[in-house]
Parts: sequence; structure tokens; C-alpha cells
Amino acid sequence: MALPTASRWQRVCAVPAIVVFSAFWLLPMVRLLALPAEKAWTTYFIVLTDANYLLSLINTLVLSLVVTLSSLVLGGAVGVFLARHHFAARPMLLAALTMPLSFPGVIIGFFVILLGGRQGLIPSLSDAMGWGRWTFAYNFVGLFLAYVYFSLPRAISAYAAAAQSIDRSLEESARTLGANQWQIVRDIWIPELAPTTLACGAIIFATAMGAFGTAFTLASKFEVLPITIYSEFTNYANFAFAASLSISLGLVTWAALALSRRGAGPTALGL
Amino acid sequence: MLGPVVLSVSAGFMQNYALGWRGGFTLQWLEEVWRGYGSTVLSSISIASAAVICTIIIGLPCAYALARSRRAWASWFEELITLPVAVPGLATALALILVYGEFRGFRQHAAFILVGHVIFTMPFMVRVLTAAFRRRELLTMEEAAATLGASFQQRFLGILIPAVLPAILSGALMVFTLSIGEFNLTWMLHTPLTRTLPVGLADSYASMRIEIGSAYTFVFLMVVLPLLWLMQWSERLLAKRYAH
Repeated sequence: MALPTASRWQRVCAVPAIVVFSAFWLLPMVRLLALPAEKAWTTYFIVLTDANYLLSLINTLVLSLVVTLSSLVLGGAVGVFLARHHFAARPMLLAALTMPLSFPGVIIGFFVILLGGRQGLIPSLSDAMGWGRWTFAYNFVGLFLAYVYFSLPRAISAYAAAAQSIDRSLEESARTLGANQWQIVRDIWIPELAPTTLACGAIIFATAMGAFGTAFTLASKFEVLPITIYSEFTNYANFAFAASLSISLGLVTWAALALSRRGAGPTALGL
Repeated sequence: MLGPVVLSVSAGFMQNYALGWRGGFTLQWLEEVWRGYGSTVLSSISIASAAVICTIIIGLPCAYALARSRRAWASWFEELITLPVAVPGLATALALILVYGEFRGFRQHAAFILVGHVIFTMPFMVRVLTAAFRRRELLTMEEAAATLGASFQQRFLGILIPAVLPAILSGALMVFTLSIGEFNLTWMLHTPLTRTLPVGLADSYASMRIEIGSAYTFVFLMVVLPLLWLMQWSERLLAKRYAH
């Protein structure tokens, strides 16, 4: 049975959200999308045509890909382990491992400065050992470590949940038929976990592409696209270029997330 | 994963990070953080609370409409409001500044940051509530009440809201935590007078000594960690409530 007065009320109910969303997101976004055209149509492709922007885009893509692959491999191993072994400290360990999910990027950047910055722990140690001061916080290594730090929790929790639902009997039959551990990993775990890998990988990739706080704190010599956008906007007041670069970046992250949702349904984005 | 957390917390209490604990223990940095950045704690908590209130007022009816509607526009709109999460915060912030930057009073007010946070956190609230409203028993109950002659208002306030209270709580905690930690949007939207916790953190990392940054990180963790525990607790509550 349909609810009699529902449909009129339903429309009324949606009004505040539609108004707020249109005024504070749709309208601004339309403005942002239109801005590069006011300068010239070619402004939309600036990320590909300008050598500096292209380098920044390539940097960001390479960093995000390397971070995604490392987080998936590490997170997969830890996640499957946690799903298979039940020990007393397990809930605490899982909570500790997934805690950084809610840290802002700036804090994670600062952690890397404490470890590998000018006064960092590791440079002091390497100096004491007589190997010279190894400061890695402000180059690719620092960014990589920081990005893996905030990506890993997502991978661990996704794999821990997914591995719990793998049918154990598959594995037992494989073992009875004489399969070794590597064959089980290759023929059962990897295919069974493939949807998680796709969904989680896409989210990690999109998050890494758009991450701003971490790179901002590290003020890295390895320039990534969000920092390029920020400096175009703030330092050079070059709004049309900043808008064009954000559109390019937004397209990449949106496409990655659309891919992840085809793999895993609405659970993507952590929603 | 915990190593850097421990390191940064302890560095906030060292006289000198380069010397380690040999330099001695001090609360001096914590006091300096409180003097320089104390206001950011309050302003972050106020903005996060306001974001929770706004997302409930706007998101609750919207989630109901989305859960009951079978029309195409509803699923379109549901997709559309998740876009601010899919698109980098930097882009959303730029867009907001392009359109509303001219309105000085608004631009320099904390409400400008609040708007960004509401847009960014809304999909999380709407998703949790839509899922709660879609549950079959709730639909049956609502239909039964309608058959018995209950008006829409009676049904909404008497049945629907009490039934989704745990989901409201869970969504509220999520929105609050996200808002407290939000940086990408906030850094663009803030002014020197409207600083939040993560904005203050970034400022202290860039301009203060490393011990002050650490002490400030400690303050931030003290605000955020209880929230995380509360969130995990509410998720368990939700799972238990809806288990049967």
C-alpha cells in the first residue's frame, strides 16, 4: 500500500537539501567549470600543454600509483592475517591500526617531519652511526611514507572484513588436493579478494591524488598537483589556471571513485 | 602505526627534541600552545557542533524523501550530493571563494567554513539516515499508522524519528569527527580570525619550533581520540540494535 499523503510531503522534505546544495555547491561548481573558458578554450587543457603542470600531474600520478600498490600489498597481508587469527589483542590491534583514518593530513606530515626532518629521529640516528644525516622528509620518500601511513588503515580494514567472508572450504579442498600456500594465495585469495582490491585501490588512489594537507606540511621538493593549484590561486592569483587544474584533478579522482563503485556498490567512499 | 603518535606526544613534553628526554620534562610548550592557539579548540568544536545541527536539520528530511521515493530524480540527487566527497576539497573551496568571496562579511565569518563543512559532511549523514529509513519494518509501521489515520506529522515525529535515533547519533558522531579534522577545505576558507584546529596545527608546524607543534598535536589527539572511541561504540550499538 502506498502512503497516502507521502508524496507531497516527500517533495517538501527534500527542499532544504536541494536549496543548500544548489546554492553552495552546484552554483559554485558551475562557476568554476566556466571560469577557464573566459580566458580561452585552451585553458582547459593547460595541465597537458604546460610542461610544469604536466610534470606536477605526472608526479602526482606516479606517487599515487606507488602508494596504492604498496598499501594494497601490505594492507592485504595484514588484513588477511587479522581475519584468520583470533587472539586476545586483536580488537585493540585493529583499532590501533585503523586509528590514523581520522587524522588530518597535516598531522601525518608532521609525523614524517619528526621522524625524518631536519631535527628528526632517523637523521640523528644515522648521523650517530656515522652514515651522515639522512633527511628524507622533504622529498619523494617522505611523501610516500606519509601517504602510505594514511592509506594503509583503509586497506587493512577493507581486507580484514573481506577475508572473513572467504569460504574456508575452498581453501581446505585446495589443500587436500595438494596445493601449496603460494597456489592458494594466487588461485583463491587474489580472485576472491579482487572486488575489494579494485574498490579499495580506487579509493586510495583518489584520496592520494587529492591529498593536500600532508604535502602542504612537508613543503616537499617533489611538487604534487594540489600544491600547484594552491600556489596558482594564492601566490599568483591565477584563478582561471587554478580552476582548470582543479577540474583536471577532480575528473581523475571522480573517475577513480566511479570505477570503485562499480566494483563494490555504495560502500565505497567509506559512506 | 602507533610509533609516530607516541613520538609526537612525547616530543611535546621535552625541553628540547634534539636532546630527547635528557633535556628534561616541561609543560612550557603546552602552555604556549594554549596561549597562542587555545581559541582554535573552541572554534573547531563550535563549527563541528553547528555542522552536526545543520546536517541533521537538512539531511534528516532529505534522507526520508530519498528513502521513500522511487523516482529517478531521487537516485540522481543521492549521487549528486556525494560529489563533494569525490571531488578534492580544494576544488570545492575554490568554487565557494569564486562565488561568495566578494561578500566580505560572509567571507570573514566562521559561517563560511561551516558552509564548506556542511556540504562535505552532508553525504555521510544522508547515507546513514537513508539506510535507516529504508528498513522494511519501519515502512510497515509507518503504513500501519497511516491506515489508523495518523497524519504525516504524527508519523514523522512519533514513529520515524524515534526509530532512527541510533542512526542519527552515529551520523552525528561521524559528521563531528570529520568536521574537527577537516583541513583541505578549511585551509582555503579560513581567515586569520576564523582558525580551526587543523588550520592552527598547519600554522604551528610551519612557523613554530618542533616542540610546540608536538604539544599542539597532543592537544588535538586529546580532542579527537575520545570521539573515535565514541564512534566505535555507537557503531556497535547500531549493529546490536538492528541485529534482530
